[in-house]
Amino acid sequence: MVTQLVEPTEKLVYQRPDSLAELYTHYCPGCTHGTAHRLVAEVLDELRLQNDTILVASVGCSVFSYKYFDVDAAEAAHGRACAMATGIKRVHPDKIVFTYQGDGDLASIGLAETMHAAIRGENITVIFINNAIYGMTGGQMAPTTLPGQETTSSPFGRDVRLTGNPIHVAELLAAIPGTAYSVRRSMHDARHVLQAKKAIQTAFTVQQQGLGFSIVELLSSCPTNWKMTPNEALSWVRDNMLPVYPLGDYKVPESLQSTKRGKRD
Amino acid sequence: MATGRIVIDVERCKGCELCLEACPQHVIEMGNFFNGKGYRPAMLVDPRHECTGCALCAVVCPDGCITVYRDVPAPKAQPVLKGVPA
Amino acid sequence: MSKELLKGNIAIAEAAVRAGCEAYFGYPITPQTELLEHMSSRMLELGRVFLQSESEVAAINMVYGAASAGARAMTSSSSPGISLMQEGLSYIVGSEVPAVIVDVVRGGPGLGNIQPSQGDYNQLVKSAGHGDYHPIVLAPANIQEAIDLTVLAFDLADVYRTLVFVVADGTLGQMMEPAELPPMRALRPRPEWALTGKGERPQNIISSIYLSADLLEAFNQKLQAKLALIAQREVRYEAYQLEDAEYVVVAFGTVGRIAKTAVQNLRRQGIAVGLFRPITLWPFPEKQLSELADSGRIKAFLVTEMNAGQMLQDVRLAVGRDVPVHFYGRMGGVVPMPEEIETALAELVNGNGRLPKTILEGKNGHPTR
Repeated sequence: MVTQLVEPTEKLVYQRPDSLAELYTHYCPGCTHGTAHRLVAEVLDELRLQNDTILVASVGCSVFSYKYFDVDAAEAAHGRACAMATGIKRVHPDKIVFTYQGDGDLASIGLAETMHAAIRGENITVIFINNAIYGMTGGQMAPTTLPGQETTSSPFGRDVRLTGNPIHVAELLAAIPGTAYSVRRSMHDARHVLQAKKAIQTAFTVQQQGLGFSIVELLSSCPTNWKMTPNEALSWVRDNMLPVYPLGDYKVPESLQSTKRGKRD
Repeated sequence: MATGRIVIDVERCKGCELCLEACPQHVIEMGNFFNGKGYRPAMLVDPRHECTGCALCAVVCPDGCITVYRDVPAPKAQPVLKGVPA
Repeated sequence: MSKELLKGNIAIAEAAVRAGCEAYFGYPITPQTELLEHMSSRMLELGRVFLQSESEVAAINMVYGAASAGARAMTSSSSPGISLMQEGLSYIVGSEVPAVIVDVVRGGPGLGNIQPSQGDYNQLVKSAGHGDYHPIVLAPANIQEAIDLTVLAFDLADVYRTLVFVVADGTLGQMMEPAELPPMRALRPRPEWALTGKGERPQNIISSIYLSADLLEAFNQKLQAKLALIAQREVRYEAYQLEDAEYVVVAFGTVGRIAKTAVQNLRRQGIAVGLFRPITLWPFPEKQLSELADSGRIKAFLVTEMNAGQMLQDVRLAVGRDVPVHFYGRMGGVVPMPEEIETALAELVNGNGRLPKTILEGKNGHPTR
C-alpha cells in the first residue's frame, strides 16, 4: 500500500478567540472597546477559564459586553459592578469573576464600590476602560477628561478650577493594601496592545492565585465623541493621554515580580 | 522572510482602517464595495505575496475579524546517504 | 421544638438562617442593627456568606450579585437605608432574581428618628424602585409571625423569582416575646438560570436591559402576568371578630396588634367591632375588604396607622363610596395606645358611623371625604 503524505503548507497564527461570542458588536468603527474585549477573551482562552468565568458588565458603552463574551454574565446597575461582583465571588470563591467598566461607571458613580472592593481585597479582576469621556451618553465630561479637553458638558474645555483634575485610578487603587495588582496600559498601537494583553493575563493569574484585587486600566480611544478618525484617535491617546496618564506597574505582587515588568513609556 | 496571508471577515469589519496603519507591508487596502452594515471592509491586496503573517493587523483589529496564516516552508529534501548500514 | 424568649430582630435573623439564607449583606442602621449583628456570627459559624458593606447601595447590589449567583440572599435595613437601595430593588425585579429584604421602619422624613413608624408603607408597596411592579410585602404583627413570614418570604421569592419584603417597625424589631423557631433547612440547590460559570451549557445572563421597545413591553407584560398571579394566590390577612361586626378597624403590623386589644375591650362592652389586618400589604386584600363593605352590615371603617394615612388610600379604593372610611393615625415615632383607638372607635359608634367634630379637628384624625 502506498500512502501519500500531504505536507501542510500553512499554519494558523491568529484567530478570533472562543470566549468572544459570534455576535457583531455595536461599538463604533475603531473603538478600542472591541480591542479590549478581544484581549480579555484571548486571555480567558489561553488560561482555559471560559467555562469557569463570570462577567459583571457595567453601564455605559460596554453595557452589552455581557453578550459579547461567551461566559456567564450579569449586567450591573450603573457603578455597582464591583458590589455585584463581590456578591457573586463570595458565593463562588472558586470561579473567576471580573468586571468590565468604563471611566464614568468606575471612576465617577461607582468609585465607592470600586474602592471598597479593593479595600476588602476582594479577589476579583477589574478591566477599566479610560477614554477620557462619557461615550454612551454622547461625549460629556468624565472624571478622567483631560484639562482643557472640550466635551459636550465642558464646551470651553475642562476648567480644573471648576471641575478638578483628572482622576488617576491605577495609582489611587495601588495605594490600597487590598489591591494586589494595579497597572496602566494603552491600546494605541500593536506593541502596546500586546503589553496590555500581558497585563490582563497577569491580572487573571493574580485572581487564580487568590492574591486579591486586580485592576488593569486601559487607555482607550473614542473616535466618535472625540470627533476624529480611528487612527487620529489613537494618535491622540499617544500624544495627549500618555503624558497625563503614565503607563506603568503601580502595584505587582511580589510573587509575580520576577516576570518582566511593563516598561514605563 | 516568512510569508503568509490573512482572511478578513468582511461582514464583521467596520472599515476603521486601524489594520492599514498597523500593516508593515502595506498589503491591506479598503475595499471598493460596501458590506451588509454599510462599511467598506479592509481587504488583503497582495499580488506579490508580501504578507509575512506577522498578525499585527489582527492585534489591533477591534472587531476580531482577521484570521492569520503563515506559510510553512516545504521540508528540504533529505540527502540520501549511501553505504550506511540500516 | 419549644418556645423561647426572642428579640424581634434576632428572631428574624435566625429564621432567615434556618430558611436557608446563604448570603447576607448589610449596613448598620437603627433599629435593625441586631439583625446584622446576629448574622455576623451565625453565618460565619455555618460557613455561609456574611459581609458588612460600605453602604446600603453596595449591600443591595451585593444581594443582587449573590442572588444572580444562585444563592438565597438577603439584606436588612431601616427606612433611609431602604431609600438608598431603590435602584437595586428595581434591577432585582427587572432581572427576575429572588431576594428578601427586611425593613425595620423608623420615623421619617429625612433622618427623622429611630422610633417605630409605618411611614414606609408607600415606599415599599407603591414605589420600591422605578418601573411598573410591586414587591411582595409581608407585615407581621408579632414575633412568631415575623419568624414564619421570614421563612415564607424566601419561598415566595424563589417561586416567583421576585423581591419580597418583610416589614417590621422598631417596636417589633426591639421587643422580646416567646416564639418558636423553625427547624434548620438545608441550603437549596442552585437554580438552573444562575450564574455558576457556564461549563458545557450555553451562557446564562442576568440582565434587566431590553433596548427594543417591543421587547421591553413584552417583558413588562410577562411581569404583569406574574404579578396578577401573585395577587390571585398570595393574599394573606387576619379577620378578627368580623362575623357580626358593624364597625371594622383596619390596621397592619404593630398597630394591628394594638387595635386588637381595643377591639377586645369594646367587645366586652357589647359593641360589635372587629379587626381586619392585612398581612400581605402587597398583594393587598382588596377583594376581601370590598366584600366586607358590600355585606351591608358595616356602618364604618376606621383605618389606623403609624403614619399620615398611607394604607388608608388602599382601603378607600377597596371599600368604595358606600361605607364611610375614617382614619386615626400617629406619626413621628409615636405609638398609639389601645385606648386611643378604642376612643376613636367608640366615638365612631356613638356618632353612628361618623366621627365627632372634636376628633375630626384633632391633629391625627382625617375627615372622611
